[in-house]
Parts: sequence; structure tokens; C-alpha cells
Amino acid sequence: MKQIKTLVAAATALLSVTGSSLAADTIKIGEINHYKRLAAFAEPYKKGIELAVEEINSDGGVLGKPLEFIFRDDNGKPGEAIKIAEELMTRDGAVMLTGTILSNIGLAISSMAAEKGYIYLAAEPLADALVWQSGNPYTFRLRTSTYVQAAMLAEEAAKTDAIRYATIAPNYAYGTAAVEAFKTNLKKLKPEVEFVAEQWPALFKIDAGAEVQALEAAKPDAIYNVTFGTDLQKLVRDGTTRGLFEGRKVYGLLTGEPEYLDPLADEAPEGWFVTGYPWYGFESGPEKEFVDAYMAAFPDETPKIGSLVGYMTAKSIAALITKAGSTETDALLEAFKGLKVDTPMGEISYRELDHQSTMGAYVGTTAVKDGKGVMVDWEYKAPGDYMPSEEEIKAMRPAE
Amino acid sequence: MGFFVAQLLTGLANAAALFLVASGLSLIFGVTRIVNFAHGSLYMLGAYFGITLMNILPGAFGFWGSIVLSGLIVGLIGVIIEMFVLRPVYRAPELFQLVATFGVILVIQDLALLIWGAEDQLGPRAPGLKSVVRILGEPVPQYDLALIAITPFILLGLWWLIAKTRIGILVRAATQDREMVGALGVNQSWLFTGVFFLGSALAGLGGAIQLPKGGADLLMDLNIISAVFVVVVIGGMGSIPGAFVASVLISVLNVFGVSYIPQSTLVLMYVVMAVVLLIRPYGLFGREEKAGEHGQVGEPDRPIRPAGLVGRSFVAVLLIGLAAVPFLFSNFSQVLITDIIIACLFAASLQFILSTGGLVSFGHAAYFGGGAYAAALLVSYTETPMELAFLFAPLAAGLLAIVFGWFCIRLSGVYFAMLTLAFSQLIWSLVFQWYDLTGGDDGLVNIWPSEWLSGTTTYYYFTLIVGVGGIILLRHLNHAPLGYTLRATRDSARQAEATGINVNVVQWTAFAVAGALAGLAGGLFVFSKGSIFPNELEIGKSFDALIVVFLGGVKTLSGGVVGAAFMETIKDWLTRLEYWRLILGLVIIGVVIIAPDGIVGSLRKVSEKIGLRRTEEFMK
Repeated sequence: MKQIKTLVAAATALLSVTGSSLAADTIKIGEINHYKRLAAFAEPYKKGIELAVEEINSDGGVLGKPLEFIFRDDNGKPGEAIKIAEELMTRDGAVMLTGTILSNIGLAISSMAAEKGYIYLAAEPLADALVWQSGNPYTFRLRTSTYVQAAMLAEEAAKTDAIRYATIAPNYAYGTAAVEAFKTNLKKLKPEVEFVAEQWPALFKIDAGAEVQALEAAKPDAIYNVTFGTDLQKLVRDGTTRGLFEGRKVYGLLTGEPEYLDPLADEAPEGWFVTGYPWYGFESGPEKEFVDAYMAAFPDETPKIGSLVGYMTAKSIAALITKAGSTETDALLEAFKGLKVDTPMGEISYRELDHQSTMGAYVGTTAVKDGKGVMVDWEYKAPGDYMPSEEEIKAMRPAE
Repeated sequence: MGFFVAQLLTGLANAAALFLVASGLSLIFGVTRIVNFAHGSLYMLGAYFGITLMNILPGAFGFWGSIVLSGLIVGLIGVIIEMFVLRPVYRAPELFQLVATFGVILVIQDLALLIWGAEDQLGPRAPGLKSVVRILGEPVPQYDLALIAITPFILLGLWWLIAKTRIGILVRAATQDREMVGALGVNQSWLFTGVFFLGSALAGLGGAIQLPKGGADLLMDLNIISAVFVVVVIGGMGSIPGAFVASVLISVLNVFGVSYIPQSTLVLMYVVMAVVLLIRPYGLFGREEKAGEHGQVGEPDRPIRPAGLVGRSFVAVLLIGLAAVPFLFSNFSQVLITDIIIACLFAASLQFILSTGGLVSFGHAAYFGGGAYAAALLVSYTETPMELAFLFAPLAAGLLAIVFGWFCIRLSGVYFAMLTLAFSQLIWSLVFQWYDLTGGDDGLVNIWPSEWLSGTTTYYYFTLIVGVGGIILLRHLNHAPLGYTLRATRDSARQAEATGINVNVVQWTAFAVAGALAGLAGGLFVFSKGSIFPNELEIGKSFDALIVVFLGGVKTLSGGVVGAAFMETIKDWLTRLEYWRLILGLVIIGVVIIAPDGIVGSLRKVSEKIGLRRTEEFMK
């Protein structure tokens, strides 16, 4: 009996899913994200895409057709994402895949893309493994490499006379990689530094009081922070209350991104050196134009870094298809080599070497202005000087 | 010394919110026997209401008033949940209500997103308690001290309520024997509603009181729930002092863990839980489940019999239909059905111990994920051919089940469930934090099938044969001596023992078989997805399986398979929509209320009523 019922259910499922989508006069892009699981990060990203798509289509679309993103929610589960990816490519007629914030899902889709021969542009995942250790011919990545951002902070850290460093990072792959990159780069620049404490709270489950005490007990000269989101809020609040940051330099990876700085409001830490997105500081040029367009399109919102990444993702894809002149996988793969894209950050390109984009990062110091956390004295840095050497990357990337 | 004291104080302060939430869950379970998965959601609501109210009400009075008010509001929400969602299903099979609470989680998640938006909210600080006090030279936040001072009063208040008042006497009586309380003329419905109010209010209070140490975000419901389970289990289900001691124990241990083994904080909690359960199976302050619960709760099971000619031909036709899918439908249909078959096999393996064996496992994902990881590790590290690695999946999962089963089958009922949960969480935390071996959160990727199996259609047939084969094997086992003896041990362990059945060995064997078949499903899964991540070992994965078995019908043979097929299918439809969690939650709650015997069980009843099926001898 039970098989019968399975089959009935399966058959019903089939009948419903095979209702085909034949309106094929748009170019479809499959976009998979954690719209519910990580709504705080995924929503601005989606809005960025929507803004870009509107601009692209009002300029006549790509190859004479409108560009269309199919947004699908994977609920933060890699297995689900794989299923959806397959559906987007084989049933919905998407020409390529993009999306994801969580690294593990990015890695899952990337592996699948290589196996099935689909093109995947990893928009936001933080893990460098996507283009390095687990890199493959079909996967490309937009977001600034974690290694590069850590190296930018390490460069600044090396300028001070701090010797004893403590690190705190979420206990998963991204955190580990971010700490590793900072250590490597800082030791290269300043061999005498010591790392006196390493704290690894579980992601989004920080016990801030205990972490702050453990950091304080190590008596470091400076602290390197990789925590973000609610972990960062709790760390900052407890650390400030207990005076952990007094007289210490703090280097914060991603801490300056509005996603993480905004919720802290007037409690935002001051004097941290961070990577982030100081949209409020732009005065002219394409960076400012993007901010204005975004705020005009979404009047109740201020742009987040996710908005920018979403926007750049859609622009990259439009540029890619235009350059390829077709939506065939081979043509797209060819076009991706050294693809140049005009973005609010200036022109970026996708490197042939490792498929990583040359999106850079804004670095600066945090301050509180009008009850809000902001970055001051910031500058934009291109990633070129901070990347590992070509040989190192080749050694990391699996042979193709 | 100062450092040590300061750490101790931090641990005690952290215990406050945890204790409030855990005592609420413990209380609800003790009286109603409902495992309320949605308890974390009530905690989250408490936090959101707290922030909203604190922004309106000014000053210290406003701050503390908001905390109390949030507790009351969440208590009322608890009452609504109890009256409209749970009350209709009290007569359903034991533990069935947890399916309904799962629906509630989904509904609350989307409602919270709708009302408060996606951005994380930082909690306001407590007026007048913003700085630190130096104790032995170490800074200790004033609010921490306030929490440490408040918690004993709450404990005392609860103790007074339970020990000294008439309500408390009824609650205690209901905790010990609810049938008797009902027989003595106490209105159980209102007692349950009252307890639900109190338990939910405590969760809401917990959410609001932790605001100055954190804030409100949409992930906090699921983030706290496993810790709360750990506390309740260590303390003893239904025991308030137990919940207090256990939350202090866990929080303090955690603080020291952060200092001395910063990379293994997750593992620590579950190790403690497993150790406590092994030494004291009923938790520190829990009582042994009374032996009075003899036989099954509720309506007796139907006798099972092999499918008749009609059933068999039906199966044959549908199998042929499935075999024809690649010729008729798109590529994606095959991918979707592959997923469905894997979910069905996983659910069927749980149903074997759950329905036939009466052993409720809360940690079945350990064997699904365990099998998948075993295969993936072999492929990643030793480059074992896929065929061998695939065979290794059920083998490894079976071995794991043999090891864990040896400990678990010594317990019964909800304590069995909790020990299985502890072991599966242990495996999960190991996989998650043993980065060098398992890749941690980044998982293991590039685990694809061999060349000859790699096409979608080929793999579809492979899954069809192996998956349906596994399901048929499990069904066959029900009709084999193992199934019969297993049901005997379920219906009456004592009588089974007396007739010469070795209850432990039978249950242990069944546990291992179920583990191995879950591992088989895991093996199919890992090669169909090409990667494996710790989320396949999570609490949520175990609950997915539990829920589909209950949804399909726990007192049937095919419930798990039907439930899984139903769930996977509607999920596939609904996730296309914006507020799919809300709709899915409502669908689940709806099904639970309309079909309290599960889909198959209720269909069977209907067909018996209208005469499509013979009614059983014993029901006449």
C-alpha cells in the first residue's frame, strides 16, 4: 500500500510541475538565495538586482531581449539549493546560475555546476575556497576575496607598534580562513607579532560575556574581529561595557558594512579599522549615482553592501551575455575570460587565473555621527596588491 | 581568583534567560506531555515584543514594565496556540502534537518577518544598569548582577506556585498522573491552558529579559531550542529546580569552555548531556516514567497483513508508471522524484522503529547524515570507488546505530528520545567543529557517482531500485518474525519478556536496521547532490522525519512514505511563493486538525466508514 501512495503523490507532483513555462522571450537567470533564512542580508541584495535589471531592461535589455531573474528560496539548505538549481536550468530555461550568501551553499552549487556543466556566478559567498582550493572551470565569484580584505587590515595593523594580538572569529570555515589570512599577512609584514589568544564562538551563538573575559585575560595589544551580525552586536555591547576595547586597536573584517554597523546605532564601536561600505560618504561619480538611484527606487531604504553586490551581479551578467553574443554555455565561458564590467566601484574584471572578480574594498575607521555608526577617513583599495601570487593560486586550484 | 569569580558570575547571568525558557518548556511537558518545538519561537516573540514596548514606554519603569508585559502577551499567544491548535489534537496518538507545534514555528517565523522586518534589532540597555561593578578587580556588568539577583526570585515564585497553591497541587498531580486528575473531576482543558499560559509567559519573559545582553533577530528561535532541550533533559523533564540547576551547569560550563577549549564549545554541551543521561537516565531531578503506562496509548493498532491482490497490482502499475517517468517527463521531474524517494526511504526507516517498535527517536538524522558522511569521507580521503563508498554508507550508519543503540535501548519513552537526540547532536557538533577532517560548515564537495551512473536518468533508476527496494524490505520486515517480536516488545515489554523474547536484543536489532536503512538513504542523497554538509545531521533533519511519519500516520505501515511524499511535494510547490513558510505552517496545522490519525490513518477511517474497507474484527 505504501508504495502506491508514494506513487500517487509523486504522480500528482509530476502533473503539476510539468506545466511548462513557454514564454521564452526573456533571458532567464536562476538566482538562488536564503531569502527567508538570512532575510537581513538577502533582501537588500535582491533589491540591488531588481534595480540593475530595471536599468538594463529600460536600455533595451541584452541581445535585444529583456533580462529576467528567477528568485528562488533554498531555506538555507544546500540539498534544497541543488534541487532548485537543477530545476532552474532544466525546466525554467535559465541560462546560468547565480546567488547565495552562505559559503557552504555556494560550494555545493559550484560543485554541481562543474559536474553538470552549468555556469555559476557566486555572488556573495565569503569562502575563498570557491575560486581557490575548490575552484572549477564553471564557477566565477564576484565578492571581494576574504583573503584580500584580511590582508588590507593586516597591512594597517603592521603600521602600529602592537605586538600581542588576540583574534575572535565565528567557528566555521569562513572564520578560520579569515584568521589564517590575517595571521599570514601580518607575520609576513611584521614577524615579531604574537597571537596570544584565539576565540571561536559558534556562529550566531556567541556567549559575549565569556568571550570578552577570555580576550581580556590574554591582555592583547590589539584585537582582530571577524564576528558579524548578532554576534558582533553582543560582542560590541559586552566589550564596551567591560572596557575591553579601551586603549586597544581593533581590526574588524566586514564590521563597517551597513548590514552590521546600522543595527548598533549609537553604540557602534569607535576607532576600529574596518572594511565596509561608506555609501554616505560618496560625493560624486558612479558610486554616488548608484546610491542615489537606489534611494530613489527604494525610498525607505539605505543601501547595504548586499545591495551593491546584487547590483554588480546583475550588471556583470548583462555584460557577460552582451560580450558572448549568445546564451550558449561555451560562448559564455569564453566571454567570462577577462570580462570587464562597469560598476559603481569602477571597472572590474574577472581574472582568467582564478575566476575571481577584481572587486575591491573600502577601508576606514569607525566613528559615531548623529547617533549612527559610520566609517570615516575611508578609501577604496583595489585587490591587486593583496592577492596571493599567481604561483600560490595555481598551486591551490585543482588542475583543470 | 578574580577572573574565576568573574567567569562564574557571567555563567550565572547567562543562565537566567535559559532557565526561564527551559522551565516553561519543562512545565508544559510535565503536565501536557507535549514536546513544544515552538518554545523557541515564543522566546523570540518575547524579545520582539520587549523591544517594541521598550521603545514606547520610557524610563526604568517602562523597561521593567515592558519585560513583564511581553511575558503576559506571549503567555496569551501561548493560550491561543493551545486552544486553537493543540486542543483539537489531544486525543491523537502520543507525541502527535509536536507536528502541530512545528507548524506553529513556521507561521511565527513568517509573521515575525512581516511585522518586524528582516534587520537584526539591538536590545535597549537597562536604565540605571549600564556600567560595571568591579569585583576583585574584574569588571562585571551591573545588568548581569541584576539578572543573578532576579533569577532566584523567579525560581522561588515558581516553587511557591507549584508547592503551595491549589493550582500547583493540580499541576503536580497532573504531572504524575493526568488520567487520575481528570477522573477526580478536575477540568483538564483549563488546567492545560493555564499551564500553557505560564510556560509561554516564561519563554516570553526569557526573551525580553535577555534584551540588554543581545537583541531580537529572526534566527533566535532555532538557535536557543537545542540548548533548551539540553537543559530540560539534564534537569529532568518536568522539574523546575532541575531546569534551574541544569541551566546554571550548562551556562557556567560554557563560560569555562570558552576560555579553555574555545573551538569545541558546541561539543561540550552534548557530551555533558550524554554523560548525565548515561548515569542518570531521567535527568538530575527527573522521575522515572511510571510503569503504569502499559500497552499503547489511545486506539489500538490495526493488525497488519500483506497487501491484497488489488494493492499489489496497484503498486505494480505505479512502479511501471515511475519507471516510465524519464520517457514522459522533464529532467527535473526525475530530480524531484529522486529527492522524494530518498525522503520516503529515510522516513520509512524511522517509521520502522517508531511505529513498529514504539521507540521514538529524536536523532534519526545521525544515521542519515552519518551514512552520507561515511561515504563522502571515503571518497574524499581514500578515493574509494563510488560503488564501494555507497555500500559503506548503510554499513557505517548501521554500525553507528549499533553503538548508540546499545546505550539508548536501555531507556524508554521520552528519555530514549532524548538520548538519541543527545547522540545525534554529538555527532553533529563533532562534524561541525572537526574542521580538519570534515570541512566543518563548508562540508565535503565533489562526491559524484561513477561515470556509468552519473546521468540524471541513470541515477534516477538507481534511486528508484535501491530506494523502493529499501522501502519494500522494511515493509517485509514488518511481516517477518523480527517485525512481530518488535511489535510484541512495543505493546508489552513485560509480556514479551515473559514469553521468552529478548526485548533488548530485538529492539537493538531493529534500531540497527533502521539506522542502516537511513544510512542507505544518506548514501543515495550524497551522490545525488554531490556534496554533504552538517545540516543533514541537524536536529531539524531528525524532526523532518518525525513530522512526516506523524503526518502520514504513525499507526500505519505506509504513513512515513506517504507523509514524506506529501511534504516534499507541497514544499516544492510552496517555496516558490513569498510567504511560503506561513502557508506551509498553516497547511501542516490544518492537516493535523482535520486528520488527527495522520493522512493514511484518517483516509483509512473514512473508507471504513463509507464501507470501502472492511472494519476490523475488534472494532465491531
